[in-house]
Amino acid sequence: MGMRTRGMGLDVEALQDMARRCRVSIVKMTHAAKSGHPGGSLSSIDLLSGLYGTQMRIDSDDSDWSDRDRFIMSKGHASPAVYSILHEVGYISLEDMMSFRELGSVCQGHVDMKWTDGVDFSAGSLGMGLSFGIGCALAARMDNSDRNVWVMLGDGEIQEGEVWEAFMAADFHSIGNLKVIIDRNRIQNDDFVHLQMEVGDVVSKLESFGWDVIEIDGHSMVDVVRALDWANSHDSGPVAIVANTVKGKGVSFMEDNPAFHGKAPDDEELRQALEELK
Amino acid sequence: MSAPSSGGASRDGYGKGLLRLASDPRVVVLEADLGKSTKSCHFRAEYPSRSFSMGIAEQNMMLVAAGMAASGKIPFASTFAIFTERAFEQVRNGVARPELTVHICGSHGGIHTGTDGSSAQSIEDLAIYRTIPGMTVIHPSDDLSAEELTVQLLDHKAPSYMRTARNKTPRIYNESSVTELRIGKGALIKEGNDVCILACGVMVNESLVAAGLLSEEGVSASVVDMHTLKPLDTTLIDDCITRCGCLVTAEDHSVIGGLGGAVAEYIATTRSAPLEMVGVADKFGQSGGSSELMNIMGLTANDIVAAAHRSISRK
Repeated sequence: MGMRTRGMGLDVEALQDMARRCRVSIVKMTHAAKSGHPGGSLSSIDLLSGLYGTQMRIDSDDSDWSDRDRFIMSKGHASPAVYSILHEVGYISLEDMMSFRELGSVCQGHVDMKWTDGVDFSAGSLGMGLSFGIGCALAARMDNSDRNVWVMLGDGEIQEGEVWEAFMAADFHSIGNLKVIIDRNRIQNDDFVHLQMEVGDVVSKLESFGWDVIEIDGHSMVDVVRALDWANSHDSGPVAIVANTVKGKGVSFMEDNPAFHGKAPDDEELRQALEELK
Repeated sequence: MSAPSSGGASRDGYGKGLLRLASDPRVVVLEADLGKSTKSCHFRAEYPSRSFSMGIAEQNMMLVAAGMAASGKIPFASTFAIFTERAFEQVRNGVARPELTVHICGSHGGIHTGTDGSSAQSIEDLAIYRTIPGMTVIHPSDDLSAEELTVQLLDHKAPSYMRTARNKTPRIYNESSVTELRIGKGALIKEGNDVCILACGVMVNESLVAAGLLSEEGVSASVVDMHTLKPLDTTLIDDCITRCGCLVTAEDHSVIGGLGGAVAEYIATTRSAPLEMVGVADKFGQSGGSSELMNIMGLTANDIVAAAHRSISRK
């Protein structure tokens, strides 16, 4: 794995296989914990595999390296996705990953920088991660560092007002090392986003806030890699990738199903999920 | 700029303290359109590259500060006390929970704020920040102590909330005595044996006036500037109880959860001593001059004298 180099040197096929392994980890983790959020973890995992596989400049032996790229998972309930990736990177052991949500586990219910090597933000309450990312990005600028700050938001999450304060601030301060990925899976806790509070044309809204935006299929690894490259090379101001995704992607009965936002698979559902993820 | 800016308002001390910290390149300042009021404007004028205007958007400001703290900076974020409360959950979850050293300053706290009216008169800020694990809560009494305690925050490895006052009050300290202050240690500024008045903020001066009035009646009062509400200097409270046998607290803040609440929590679970609280009696203020408001809200030296008599009578 890369020592302070960008990405892990993986091609599209290898990235797809990493995403598949992570999906297996996600369903196993949530099944073992009998709780957690598989839906939004599965929708985001192709994006995260592409991000860590091709972009993140980190040190696999030193998760605290001060000049590392930062990844801020603002929708912190998608913690299984983050833990599965950090297991791939080598920060989290299999045993620790499978202790998800247990008392004293390094894998807390929502991602927490105080508990887990490789986690850069303590999430849990929606709407806060982009602001935190702005702080990290401004600090990098003051340090004359070229480190990037990547932030993932959920589409339901952007109903929070603080996110729009942050969208405005990122443009005002011309923060070119800030890269946002919006996991547009169209489902939130209670139901579909369009039934709870439709967020509408996210691309146009962000463009009107001064952001450069690209819209992609968040499950096409070719598109994902290309969009991440574009975002990395764009440094004149903040950029966003609006990734259209399917909640629960990869497990048929979880796909586009609001019931699996925050429900773990039971024994039979796990068996079926693992069969589909072979 | 609407307020008197020279001399003894504690917010002026905060502004001067920031300037003294500027030699450390890690220090950064965040504002939410109230730099002229909180007095961070002086730092901004001198060090624009380390000053960040976050607009009228306090929730974002607190988490931007947290991100900076996680990246090696020492952020000082200020706005009115009441507007920091809008971002309470951000401070709780985004700053204190991950133990990030962000220093928050809320100016214009308390009834003393005056004519702006009740919407601006935060009377609950000290209480709510006191409930957050690991948070230091400071409320200085004059400009010199605000400056000194702000400077000490540079080496304070915990998130903090400092409340400052809008309006000038007489100085409690001089350039020499103020250097003896330490975060977390109350300052015994007058020694007496019959009753101990524990005060913070603008009520420290009222307490000294009250001690003078009590003296004329033959009552000897100690006065403590309890500028740090958390961690509370319980050793000093023990000494005060031993010396005087009864206590009065005085604060421009609700009697629920502030200095009075903190002292009550401590003595109720350790040792018994009469305690009377002078503070805002669970009600909102209104527009008016500072002294008019302090009068009708029961926050004067005379109110402290009356409380001292009640406390002494319960010994």
